[in-house]
Amino acid sequence: MTVTGVLGILVFAAVLIAIAKPVGLYLYAVYDQRRTFLDPVMRPVERGIYRLAGVREEKEMSWLEYFLAILAFNLVGFIVLYGFLRIQGALPLNPAHFKDVGPHLSFNTAVSFMTNTNWQAYGGESTMSYLSQTMLMVQQFLSPISGLAMILAFIRGLTRRNAHSLGNFWVDLTRTVLWVSLPVSFVGAMVLVALGSPQNWGPYVTAHTLQGARQSIAQGPVGMMNAIMQFGDNGGGFFNMNAGHPYEAPTIASLMVQLILGFSIPVGLTYYFGKVVKDTRQGWTILGAMMAMFLAGALVMYHAEALGNPLLAHLGIHGANMEGKEVRFGPALSSLFETSTTAVSWGSTAAANDSLMPIGGLITLFNMMSGEVIIGAWGVGLLGMLAFAILAVFLAGLMVGRTPEYLGKKIQAYEVKMATLAMIVPTFVILGLSAWAVTSKGGLAGIYNPGPHGLSEVLYAFSSGVGNNGSAFGGLDAAAPFYTWTVGLAMLFGRFAMYIPALAIAGSLVQKQSVPESAGTFPTHGTLFGGLLIATVVIVGALVFFPALALGPLAEHFALWSGHVFGGGA
Amino acid sequence: MSIHELKSQALSSSAVSQAIGEAFRKLNPRWMMHNPVMFIVEVGSVFTTLDAVRLLIEGNASLFNFTLQIAIWLWLTVLFANFAEALAEGRGRAQAQALRSTRTETMARKIGPSGTIEAVPGTQLRVGDRVVVAAGEIIPSDGTIIEGVASVDESAITGESAPVIRAASGDMSAVTGGTRVLSDQITVQITANPGETFLDRMISLIEGAVRQKTPNEIALAILLAGLTLIFVVVIMATEPFSIYSGAVVSMTVLIALLVCLIPTTIGGLMSAIGISGMNRLLQRNVLAMSGRAIEAAGDVNVILLDKTGTITMGNRMATEFVPMPDVKESTLAEAALLSSLSDETPEGQSIVRLARERFQFTQTPADLGNAEFHEFTAQTQMSGIDFGGRLIRKGSSKSVPAFVKEQGGSLPPEMDGEVTRIGRLGGTPLVVAEGDRILGVIYLKDIVKPGIRERLQALRDAGIKTVMITGDNPVTADTIAKEVGVDDFLAQATPETKLAYIKQEQAEGYLVGMVGDGTNDSPALAQADVAVAMNSGTQAAREAGNMVDLDSSPTKLLDIVEIGKQILITRGAMTTFSVANDVAKYFAIIPAMFVAVFPGLEAMNIMHLTSPESAVLSAVIFNAIIIPLLIPLALRGVRYRPVGAAVILRNNLVVYGLGGLVLPFIGIKLIDLVVTALHLVSLHP
Amino acid sequence: MVRNLGTSIRLLVIFMVLIAGVYSLLVTGLAQLLFPAQANGSLIYRHGQVIGARMIGQSFTGARWFDSRPSAASYNAAASVASNYGPTNPALIKEVKTNLAAFLKENPGVKASQVPPSMVESSDSGLDPNITPAAAYLQAPRVARVNHMSLAAVRHIVAEHERGRFLGLYGSPHVNVLAMNLSLLAWLNRHHA
Repeated sequence: MTVTGVLGILVFAAVLIAIAKPVGLYLYAVYDQRRTFLDPVMRPVERGIYRLAGVREEKEMSWLEYFLAILAFNLVGFIVLYGFLRIQGALPLNPAHFKDVGPHLSFNTAVSFMTNTNWQAYGGESTMSYLSQTMLMVQQFLSPISGLAMILAFIRGLTRRNAHSLGNFWVDLTRTVLWVSLPVSFVGAMVLVALGSPQNWGPYVTAHTLQGARQSIAQGPVGMMNAIMQFGDNGGGFFNMNAGHPYEAPTIASLMVQLILGFSIPVGLTYYFGKVVKDTRQGWTILGAMMAMFLAGALVMYHAEALGNPLLAHLGIHGANMEGKEVRFGPALSSLFETSTTAVSWGSTAAANDSLMPIGGLITLFNMMSGEVIIGAWGVGLLGMLAFAILAVFLAGLMVGRTPEYLGKKIQAYEVKMATLAMIVPTFVILGLSAWAVTSKGGLAGIYNPGPHGLSEVLYAFSSGVGNNGSAFGGLDAAAPFYTWTVGLAMLFGRFAMYIPALAIAGSLVQKQSVPESAGTFPTHGTLFGGLLIATVVIVGALVFFPALALGPLAEHFALWSGHVFGGGA
Repeated sequence: MSIHELKSQALSSSAVSQAIGEAFRKLNPRWMMHNPVMFIVEVGSVFTTLDAVRLLIEGNASLFNFTLQIAIWLWLTVLFANFAEALAEGRGRAQAQALRSTRTETMARKIGPSGTIEAVPGTQLRVGDRVVVAAGEIIPSDGTIIEGVASVDESAITGESAPVIRAASGDMSAVTGGTRVLSDQITVQITANPGETFLDRMISLIEGAVRQKTPNEIALAILLAGLTLIFVVVIMATEPFSIYSGAVVSMTVLIALLVCLIPTTIGGLMSAIGISGMNRLLQRNVLAMSGRAIEAAGDVNVILLDKTGTITMGNRMATEFVPMPDVKESTLAEAALLSSLSDETPEGQSIVRLARERFQFTQTPADLGNAEFHEFTAQTQMSGIDFGGRLIRKGSSKSVPAFVKEQGGSLPPEMDGEVTRIGRLGGTPLVVAEGDRILGVIYLKDIVKPGIRERLQALRDAGIKTVMITGDNPVTADTIAKEVGVDDFLAQATPETKLAYIKQEQAEGYLVGMVGDGTNDSPALAQADVAVAMNSGTQAAREAGNMVDLDSSPTKLLDIVEIGKQILITRGAMTTFSVANDVAKYFAIIPAMFVAVFPGLEAMNIMHLTSPESAVLSAVIFNAIIIPLLIPLALRGVRYRPVGAAVILRNNLVVYGLGGLVLPFIGIKLIDLVVTALHLVSLHP
Repeated sequence: MVRNLGTSIRLLVIFMVLIAGVYSLLVTGLAQLLFPAQANGSLIYRHGQVIGARMIGQSFTGARWFDSRPSAASYNAAASVASNYGPTNPALIKEVKTNLAAFLKENPGVKASQVPPSMVESSDSGLDPNITPAAAYLQAPRVARVNHMSLAAVRHIVAEHERGRFLGLYGSPHVNVLAMNLSLLAWLNRHHA
C-alpha cells in the first residue's frame, strides 16, 4: 500500500460526500418542488408523453397499484427485449453479422437488464448487434428507475401521515427519464467520448499491426451506452471486459468520471431522503454508515491486492497482484473500482474479480451478501439500508423501553415481518442455489477455478444475481444453461423479493399517524445509530454467510499464506 | 393466602422444585411448538440423541462420548428455557389459586320481583339482580351499592387488611365479588354476569399470561422466527458446501452450530420476561386487563394527573395568618382557633395546629361549653361558632364579607389585596370575621407531596409530558404547576375538557395515560390509551380503565410506566445479547468444523480452544448455561433509569451489545479449559 | 393490470423512440462533429493503412519491440477476455512461471526480482495497451542492442511516453507500448534508413 493510493481513496470518499448535497437538492427540485432550470424544455415534453400514453398525472396510487405498475412496465420491457435478442439476426445495424441470441441466453439477458442487474453471460462485442446493444441501453435507462421509484414511494410512506397513496409510478418514471437520466447521460456520454470512447455505428476495423499481424478491432456506439451504464448503476458494458476494456475506460480520467457517475444518484439519494423527512442529519447518518463500510472495504481490498500473491513470491515476483488488472489503473484504483462496483451494485468491472486475492474477493462478496446496502444502486441500496434501519430501530426501540419508531412512524409486527422477509429471501436464494450448484452436475461443470475458489465463484454468481449487481467471478461458465436459468431466477427473486416487502412497508407506514419526537425517542442520527446500523448490517446481514465464506475465500486465504494450491489446474 | 404473602416466594425451594417438574412436562412437542426457537432446539436434541444411540450400537466409543454430551447439553438448553418459563408462571399460578379459593360457592340473598328475599347461589346472579348483604357475609358478585353504607374487607383482592368504607351514591359505591362486609347492611345491584366478574377476569388473566402476546412481543417473535429460519437454511446449505470442499461434518456438529446460532437466549427467556413483568405489576397491586396495556404504558407520551391526591396532599393546610392592619395576629389566630375547635375537617385541624404552634393557646373543645356551631355547607360557604356573644365566622372570600356587611360592618380595603395575593401563590384564602369586623385571612396552602417533584422530573427525563388536572382557577393552577414542575395544566377541569384535552393530544400522535376514580372520569378514562382506575372508584371508572390499581394510589401510573418500559428493555437487551453472541460462537465452531480439510483455518481459532470436539462442546455448554444465568435478570427486568432515550440506548448497547460480543469469547474459553482439564472429549486437534 | 400493461406498452414505445432514436442520433451526431477521432476509435494510420488503435494493445513478441503484457485474449480486439485464474490456481503459477522464463530469456541480465508483476501476469481486458515504466526500462538494454541504438536513445523514448497518475492520486504510471514502438520505428527510420 502506498500513501498516494490510500490518500486517493480517502479523497474520493470526501468527493462523494461533497456531491451528495447538490445531487440531493436537484432530486428534491425534480420530485418535490417540481421546479428546475430544465422545465422550459422538459415540461412540454413531459405533458406530451402523458397525453400520448394516456397517463393522468395527478392520479395517486396505493402501494399495490404502484407495485403492479412497476411490474407491468418491467414485464413489457422484458418481453420486448427478449424479442429483439431472439431475432437480432434479421434486424438491421448488425455489421458483424451476429446470429440470433439463443433462448437460454436471451432469457437470462432480458431478465438481467430488466432487473438492473446487467449480469452478462455473453461477450458484448462477440454476441450483440448494435441494435441489440441499443435496446439493452434502453433498459439501462429504464430499469434503474424502478428502483428509484421504489425509494420515492417508500420515503413518501415515511413522511405522509394518515394517507393511503404513495405517488404515481408513471410520473416518477417519466420525470426521472427527462430530468435525470437523459440530461446527465448526455453530458456523461460527450465527456467519455472526448476522453476516448468510440461513438460510431461502423463495422469492426481490421488493423495491420506493427508486427505484421491482423487485429480485428470492435467498434460501436460505446460512449452513449457507457454513460448510462455507469450513471444508472447498470454495469452492462458494451464489451466483454467492460470498464477494463481500453475503449470503455481509455484513461484514468475516464474511469474516474465513470466512478463519480455511478455514485452520484445513490449518494445524492441519502441527502434527498434527509431533505424530504425534514432532517438532513438522518440522511447524513445513513450515508456515514455506508461510507464507513465502503471505506473499510476499499482499504482492506487495496491492502490485500498491494500485498500480492505469496505463491508468486516463491518465483521471485514481488509486488501487487496484477493478474487481471490493467496497468493504467494499478492496484489502488482497481481496488477502489471493484469495491465500488460491488458496493454500489453497478457491476461493471475494471479488473478481473476472479483473480483478486482471496481477501479482495471476500470484500466483493461481503458487499453483495450484506444486501447491496453499502450505498447500493438507484433506490434499492437506500431501500435495503432503510430495511436494516427498521430492524436496528426495532431492537434499539425495545432497548429504550418503548414501541420502536422510525421518523415518527411506529415500527410494529407488520413492518418487522416485511423487513425480515426482505432479509430472508435473498439469503435463502443465494445459499439454496449455491448449494444446488455445488452438488449438481450442471453446476459443478461450470466451475472454473479449483478448490475453495470454485465455491467463491458460485457464491459470487448468486450473490451478484440476487443483489442485482451483475459483476462476476468471470471464470464461471455463466452461459451454461444451468447458470443462465438459476442466476436468472436469482435476479428475479432479488429484485421482487425486495420490492414487495419494501412497498408493503411503505403502504403500511403511510397510513400511520406520526408520533412527534420527544426525549423518550432515541435519535436515529449520529454516530451511535450509525454504529448500530453498521453492526446490524454486518451481524444480521452478512454474518449468516460466515460458514460459506469460511469454506470459500477464508479457506483460500489461509491456504494461500501457508503455501497451498488446489487441484491440478484448469 | 393473599397475593401479598406470595410476593416473597420468588425463588423459594418449593417453587423451584415445582418449576423443575414443570420444565420436563413442557417438553411435550405440542407445547414446544408455540416457541419456534426452542422447538428447533428440541428437534435437534432428538436427532443428536438418536445419533448417539446409533454410535453406541456401532461401537464408536469416542464419537459416542462426544455426541452424547452434545445431546445432553442440548436437552439441558431446552429444559433451562422451560424452567425459566415455569418459574415465572409458577408465581402467577399460585396467585390465581389463592384467588380461586376466595371465589367459594357463596349463597346470595336475592331480592325477588315482589320484594321477597330468596337464597340463590352467587354464580347464578345476572346483571341487574339486586342482593342484600349483611355484616359477616361475602359479597356474591361485582356490583354497585344502591342502598346503605358498609365497611368492607377487601384484603382478598388487595392484600390490604384495613377495611374500606363503601356507600351508595358517590364515588365509592363499587363493591367486588369475593370481598366481605364487616359492618352494617347494604343492597347491591349486580353489574357482572357469571364468569365476567372482576375476580374471574383476574384469574383468567394471571393464568392466561403466557398465551396472550403483546404487539411488541409478536413483532419480536416474528424477528426471532425469521432469524431461526435463516440459520436453519444456513446450516442446511453448509452441508453441501462441506461436501464440495471435501470436509466430513457430522450431523451432530451441524446441529450444535445451528443451536448456537439461533437466538436461544432470548427465545428461551422471552415468555419468562413477559410473565414476570405482569407479576411485577401484580406485586405492586396493579391489575392490567391486558399485556397490551402494560406495553402501551411504556409508550405513554402524556400523563394526566389529578392535582389533589396525586401532586398535592388531599387537603390544604393553614400556613399563615394574615391579620388586617388594625388587628393583632394573635387576635386573628385565637378567633380562627375557636371557630375550628369543633371542625373535624383536615383544614380545620390544621388551623388549630397552626394557632397552637404560634401562640401556645390551650383551649380545648371542652372550654367552649354550650357554644353553637355552624357547619360548613355548600350554600353558606362558611363555618363558625356563636360563643359567649361572639359571632366568629370563617369561609370563602365572598361569603364572609357578605356576613360582615349583614352585621353592619365594613370591609377593610386591604382584604381584597391579600385574597388575590394568596390565590396567586397557589393557596386558598379563608377570610375570618368576628361580628362586623374582618379580622384577617388564613392562608390555606396546597401541600405538595414529598418526592413528587423528583418523580415528575424523572418523567420529563423519560420524555413524558405531565399534565395536572385541577378544579382550581388558572392562576392558582399555574402557581402549583410551576412549583412542582408539571409541563402543562388543565384548570377548572370538567369531564368534557378532560376528554377534549386527551383527544387533542392523541390527534397529534401522542399516547395518553391517566388515572381516575370517579364516574365523571369514565369518558376520559375510556378515551385514554392507558387508563388506570382506582379500585376504590366507581364501577363505571373501573370498566373504563384498562388497569385497576388495587391500592388506589394515584401515583401508581408512574410505576406502571416504568414496568412497561422495563419489559421492553429486557426483551430488546436480551435479543441484542443473543445475536451478538453469534460472533464468538462462529469463531469457536467454524474452525473446528473445517480445520481437518483446511488446516489454515486454525488461524481463526482465536480463542485457542484445545480441539475441535472441545470447541464445539464448549460453545454448546456456554449457549445452554447462559439461559439459567440470565433467569434472575429476566425475572427482575433490566433496570430502567429515566435519563433520556439516547443515554439508555448507549448504555444498553455497551452492556448487552458489546458485552454480548465479548462475554462469550471469555465464557467459551473458560469452559474449554474445564472441558480440557476434565478430558470430557477427545483433545486431539 | 390490463390498463397498466397498456400504459406500459405506450410508454415503452415512446421511450424507445426517445432514447434509441432521438438521443442516440443526437449523441452520435455531436460526437462525430466535436470529437471525430475519438468517436471513430482513435485509429492510427500509417501509409494510409490502419495499424491499430491508440488505446488498444497489440501483441509485440519480437525482440526488437517493447513487449506488451501477457494477454488471455491474445490481443484479439473483437473478443476481450481475462485469464480469470484464481490466486491459488496452479495454472496461474504455471502461467507466471512460463512468462517469467520467457521474459528473463529475452532480457538477459534481468533478475526475477526486478520483473514487475504486470509483465508476467495477464491483464484484465487482454488488450492492455500499457506497461509500467519500470517494465519498459528493463527492456531498454535489449531493445537498444537488437536495434543497434544507444541505450540513452531508447530510454529517451520511454521517458517521452511516460504518463503519470491522474491528479497525482489515481491510477499508476504507465507507458503506451504501441506509442513507444511507433516512436522506436520513427527513430529507426530517421537514423538507419
